[in-house]
Amino acid sequence: MSGANRIAGAGRLTPARKVRFMFDGEIYTGLEGDTLASALIANGVHLMGRSFKYHRPRGVLGAGSEEPNALMDISRDSARRQPNVRATVQEVFEGMRAGSQNRWPSLAFDVGAVNDMMSPMFAAGFYYKTFMWPKVAWQKLYEPFIRGAAGLGVAPDEPDPDHYSSRYEHVDVLVVGAGVAGLSAALAAAMSGASVILCDEQAGAGGALRYDADVTIDGENGYDWAQKTTAKLAAMDNVRVLTRTTAFGYYAQNFVALCERVTDHLSDPHPDLPRERLWQVRAQRVVLATGAIERHMVFADNDRPGIMLASAARAYLNHYGVAVGSKVGVYTANDSAYAAAFDLARAGVSVPAIVDTRDAPGEGLLSTAADLGIDVMTASAVVGAKGRRRISSMTVEGGRGKTHIPVDALITSAGWTPAVHLYSQSRGKVTWDSVTERFLPGENVQESVSVGGCNGVTDLQQTIDEAIAAGRSAALGSGKSKRLSLRIEAAGAIDWSGGMSGSARGAGADSTAKAFVDFQNDVTAKDIRLAVREGMHSIEHVKRFTTNGMASDQGKTSNIHGLAIAAESLGRQMPEVGLTTFRPPYTPVTYGAIVNHSRGKLFDPARKTFSHAWSTKQGAVFEDVGNWKRAWYFPRAGEDMHAAVSRECKTVRETAGVFDASTLGKIEVVGPDAAKFLDLIYTNGWQKLAPGRCKYGIMLREDGFIYDDGVVARMAEDRFHVTTTTGGAPRVLNHMEDYLQTEFPDLDVWLTSTTEQWAVIAVQGPKARDIIAPLVDGIDLSNDSMPHMSVREGKICGAPTRLFRVSFTGEPGYEINVPAHYGQAVLEAVWKQAEPLGACAYGTETMHVLRAEKGFIIVGQDTDGTVTPHDAGLGWAIAKSKPDFVGIRGLKRPDLVAGGRKQLVGLKTKNPETVLEEGAQIVADPNQPTPMTMLGHVTSSYWSPNCGCSIAMALVAGGQDRMGDTLYVPMPDRTIEVEVTGTVFFDEKGERVNG
Amino acid sequence: MLLIYCPYCQEERPELEFAHAGEAHIARPANMADISDEEFETFFFIRSNPKGLAYERWRHVHGCARFFNAVRDTVSDKFLATYKAGEPKPDINSLTKKGDVK
Repeated sequence: MSGANRIAGAGRLTPARKVRFMFDGEIYTGLEGDTLASALIANGVHLMGRSFKYHRPRGVLGAGSEEPNALMDISRDSARRQPNVRATVQEVFEGMRAGSQNRWPSLAFDVGAVNDMMSPMFAAGFYYKTFMWPKVAWQKLYEPFIRGAAGLGVAPDEPDPDHYSSRYEHVDVLVVGAGVAGLSAALAAAMSGASVILCDEQAGAGGALRYDADVTIDGENGYDWAQKTTAKLAAMDNVRVLTRTTAFGYYAQNFVALCERVTDHLSDPHPDLPRERLWQVRAQRVVLATGAIERHMVFADNDRPGIMLASAARAYLNHYGVAVGSKVGVYTANDSAYAAAFDLARAGVSVPAIVDTRDAPGEGLLSTAADLGIDVMTASAVVGAKGRRRISSMTVEGGRGKTHIPVDALITSAGWTPAVHLYSQSRGKVTWDSVTERFLPGENVQESVSVGGCNGVTDLQQTIDEAIAAGRSAALGSGKSKRLSLRIEAAGAIDWSGGMSGSARGAGADSTAKAFVDFQNDVTAKDIRLAVREGMHSIEHVKRFTTNGMASDQGKTSNIHGLAIAAESLGRQMPEVGLTTFRPPYTPVTYGAIVNHSRGKLFDPARKTFSHAWSTKQGAVFEDVGNWKRAWYFPRAGEDMHAAVSRECKTVRETAGVFDASTLGKIEVVGPDAAKFLDLIYTNGWQKLAPGRCKYGIMLREDGFIYDDGVVARMAEDRFHVTTTTGGAPRVLNHMEDYLQTEFPDLDVWLTSTTEQWAVIAVQGPKARDIIAPLVDGIDLSNDSMPHMSVREGKICGAPTRLFRVSFTGEPGYEINVPAHYGQAVLEAVWKQAEPLGACAYGTETMHVLRAEKGFIIVGQDTDGTVTPHDAGLGWAIAKSKPDFVGIRGLKRPDLVAGGRKQLVGLKTKNPETVLEEGAQIVADPNQPTPMTMLGHVTSSYWSPNCGCSIAMALVAGGQDRMGDTLYVPMPDRTIEVEVTGTVFFDEKGERVNG
Repeated sequence: MLLIYCPYCQEERPELEFAHAGEAHIARPANMADISDEEFETFFFIRSNPKGLAYERWRHVHGCARFFNAVRDTVSDKFLATYKAGEPKPDINSLTKKGDVK
């Protein structure tokens, strides 16, 4: 038996298809197609969770995605576990494990429930008021406590082993919602020739037809019609039907995000299947057919387990074949709940009373009720409910005085709220319909239209007609106009107009009752009135003060009630108080679906240079530089980083070193106006640079600050080989393109990124020439013929090369540029020469130390976007006679020429063994009171094996005038004394480079 | 994700291919070196930052790589027009109120 409350012959599930699952350690049996909620109710379990703030026992409220209470922890194994899953959405599968949340030690006995008794303390705004003082307690006491108590589920602590997929799709017409409206619209659009996606969050199509069992469409049962129509649509080539698929976000230009749950309902999904599939759909036209959501009645203790929406009870009965109780009370402010009562009574469930707030229900309902033996109490109200873990009785007040009626379930309906969420997300402004007292879609701001329930249409035939017209019009709008003849006839639907919003009798302004508006965030009618009393007069403020509608259900059942109570308290009309804007997602979306493939190796691409395999073989440790993986240092057996870097630094200066410099940005600047263009982009002058020569260039932004630097070689009159910093390559090209395209479009110049086209092997050190000489063809390497800062074209190992004689080490050296695919062969040939001579391979750390020993700056490390060439000691690189270059005016700004600017200087620690921390602050007087006046900070700092002491560079206010001064670097445990020096620590005269 | 019409490719392409590049129609002074502090301030620092219609530069960086100009409504994010760099500002009154991308 799949539960004592399963009614033989009722529902659409197959009794033989049993599914066993676990809930809070107990094994239960459900049926295939059950949701966790329907399966638990079938087994008589109504207590499904504890509320957020007061830890009150809670049962299920709804039968769909609007559910605020029944949030579960669902798992199939220890890694595949997800908290906060709505039991009304999760389908049961064999072996599923479900657990209730927000309770300790057990669901039935929960220590946190003490909050309920102390509830006067926990009114709205309680956190803001209570935890104000003393200030120090916030961090130490209050926040850890609140954080400990907050939150519902517990996040899984293992990596998610599932995978997720992502698809982009373009369609003519996207129809959201596969109820009668959506199916009709999709049919009309598809038969008109449009490509259509029809999606629905439920496991199957049908929408309200799941529970509204009296509907007939085209002569057959409405639900059966929906299944047949879905099958017909799915069979069409131009239609894709997606069930278990929630349209959760409506973005600009009809870009709608759908999340398809592929395996969450399967007991043994094929491992190749993604758990979820994210669809990013661009639709020519969107038809919203999202229906309406029923509201609960707001009365005292309306959160007892067993109290639920009337439509939910009807869905449990008519779709799942489950009775929500054996004695079911009904409390309503409209006609639609009567249908639920009648269905239950016909199924043999006792319905002791229908309590109706109105004086008279709709036509014919009283006589049907009388036929079924149901007592209808008009002009009455339920003013209380008893039963802590399950409702045991309802207290009714009305014409007959006050009576207690024993019930084990109570179904309520205050009316229906059109689901305008996606319309609102599309940036449409809802308008207030004063006749029906509802917010409805106003003007469509995108190419979309709302039909049926979400458009406030209550008549079924009118819904169908409107949907067919919308589907047709959407197809025409997307250019598809096949002849269409479609007429669908329907009858027998419930009338879901009318109703009330706000608090009901007994929960009014003078009451102290706990009448819940927002179940998930434990917001009562009283809380909302308190917010108004405390000065929150806009619904946006009321919402934030009370957290009404801010839980994971986003107020699907509570927003309108909250607004109505606020409006009543303010003595204003609902539209004057305003409705909050709906934002994505419609229902919670997993991180897995959003992150999708972008995890692990695919999170961020790794760029590897030509030498990666070689460096790995040499034992390199790599570091990340932007997306690049660069060899950091090459430790030999027994060496730590410090030892390896010290050895590499000394070897380069004593013998030679081989270094992969390929990641430097490279831009080929070509054209008759190339030199003229570089004159505008760089501070330096380029007209006089002879072909075959190189020059160090500095590039500014218009504000006069250093943007990038690098060596530029003139290959020919009209051709330059520009290098940029590793990190700057893309933005420098963008910067150049920007000026070329928009400011200097008359210049005849072409820019091409060649960063990845060239492999660059730097060979640096006194033996550099000896290493490469045997490999080079057609280039005279002598000092006279090829001095420092020159470039030659020729061959190396038979491969074409641009051979640079440049140095970022201060040693004589070369940078061998070869087409990237020759890189590895040339590197191996170079290494074959280098290794026997005692040279080493070196990495970026040694590169950094060697350049710092020479005082060469790294843009972005020794500069930070507020440093001018003068500040960096590079004033010599600014051409004096050029009429214009980018930054020429910025450099003259008063602040940039004023004294006292931070200037780049060297620092030597008084104790040569002490290595400063990069980023450390510098002060003149370490004994001054805090906060101290800071003069600047350390930009680069290393142990220099070649100098035998620590070296550092720093930006220091008025630094050039402080040469020889003693300054201080205060650290948490000590103060370090430093002397201000020049920035060149090694070979100050720069003679070695010409060797 | 927006679709943006590239006036060079003459095609609507997804926003991912484009990069925003600041306010449009701010010409770099021809006599850059000689302008006053006030003129430099206006040129370099002052931006209109309107709520509503804005003239912007965009670059089809992962496409044709061209810079172009656009009229965009900063409230609705809608592009009212895109046009080639160097072309004059379009007449806003002639643009459709719906702001169809063109």
